[in-house]
Amino acid sequence: MMWRSARLIAGKDLRLEWRSRVGMNQVLPFAAVVLVMFAFALNPDSDLLQKATPGLFWVSVLFLALTTVGRTFSIESSEGISDSIRLSGLEPSGFFLGKVISIGVQLLILEVLLGIGVTVLYRASPAEWPLLLSTVGVATVGIAAAGTLYGMVAVSLRVRETILPLLLLPVLTPVLIGSTRAFEAAINETPADGWPWIGLMAVFSFVYVAAGIFGFGALMEDS
Amino acid sequence: MDPANQPSLPVVHLRGAVALLGRFPALAGVDLDIEARSIAVVRGANGAGKTTLLRTLAGLVPVSGVANVLGVDLVHHRRDVRNRVGFLSSQSGLYDDLTVIDNINFWTRAAGADPADAERAMELLELDGRLRDVRVGRLSTGQKRRTSLACVMARRPELWLLDEPHAGLDQDGRDLVDNLVKDAVAAGATVVMSSHELDRSLALATQVITLGGGTTLLGGDDVA
Repeated sequence: MMWRSARLIAGKDLRLEWRSRVGMNQVLPFAAVVLVMFAFALNPDSDLLQKATPGLFWVSVLFLALTTVGRTFSIESSEGISDSIRLSGLEPSGFFLGKVISIGVQLLILEVLLGIGVTVLYRASPAEWPLLLSTVGVATVGIAAAGTLYGMVAVSLRVRETILPLLLLPVLTPVLIGSTRAFEAAINETPADGWPWIGLMAVFSFVYVAAGIFGFGALMEDS
Repeated sequence: MDPANQPSLPVVHLRGAVALLGRFPALAGVDLDIEARSIAVVRGANGAGKTTLLRTLAGLVPVSGVANVLGVDLVHHRRDVRNRVGFLSSQSGLYDDLTVIDNINFWTRAAGADPADAERAMELLELDGRLRDVRVGRLSTGQKRRTSLACVMARRPELWLLDEPHAGLDQDGRDLVDNLVKDAVAAGATVVMSSHELDRSLALATQVITLGGGTTLLGGDDVA
């Protein structure tokens, strides 16, 4: 039942995104503009930009996540859809997992495209691909899970557009730190420094996925 | 008492039902009984509590007092009634960027309903032709209403809760809704609908409930 609900929600969300192309047409260009502005601000010819690349990449990912989460929950709270969801018989835990999957898939696609942009613009030289890919995977799960939980919290508040960044960004600080350090280790080819951060982010992701599976029903009732 | 002679419970039984929206008592002590296979029309001025009553019967709003719907105690177990009712809200409840068929398929599968019932609903509501693959956001108000109604129909609910079902529909559409309501009752369902269209709704009704200030001014009046 949980997985059936998750498949339905994820499929519906990805179909919605495919039809509307908001991620590709609006969110990604926004992230690209942010990257270019950082490049101008930090002088592309200096070492500073290359050293800051991991942090800039993941800050951009967090901006993408805010926009993606905000949009998906804005859709769910419009046109009386939240009532329809509660009446539908979908398992709240499945709804949560479906949202995590759909937000995660959208973020992964955007991260790949953003990564290409970073490589070209910032002349970054990615290495240690297993560490790099693990970082992306684990961090994305954590961001999607926490984003889904706090997205639902924000829905129940009248000023959700402004409250979501205030709620979510502090919570995602461990992911920002961990993913940045892991990326630095991958770029510097010192993977031994990076894997402990993967462990930290894996714990973060596990906690938020578990919290969502067991607690999302109560949040849906309060929305 | 011989079980065979026991009176059947009403589908809806409320006594002193209070529903708060925040701190505001949207329902401030409603008493009513609705028997099975009735068409109960709820009327009242704007803000009387008609929509809140329907949402309460759907198990969407916490309620205190005595509140039983389809044998489910809404005060303690309101989630248990949700998959047995079909609620047509004043809002569409549809995803604007999905097509008519995508919306109906999604809500049908979410409810665990039979896809054949969805197809039948689309046919009856004339959504299976050129409108099938149109995005809901591009539909007229009446077409959206019919799509929402198809999603309700496909669930085959025991209790239909319709909030202004005729709103936005042309004459043919309103006649269609009336026929669907009669067919649903003939098939064993019970219908509770709010309406400002008194002539049309009273022609359908077997029971009229009048709300005022969140309470029942006149309840359970059988229509001759």
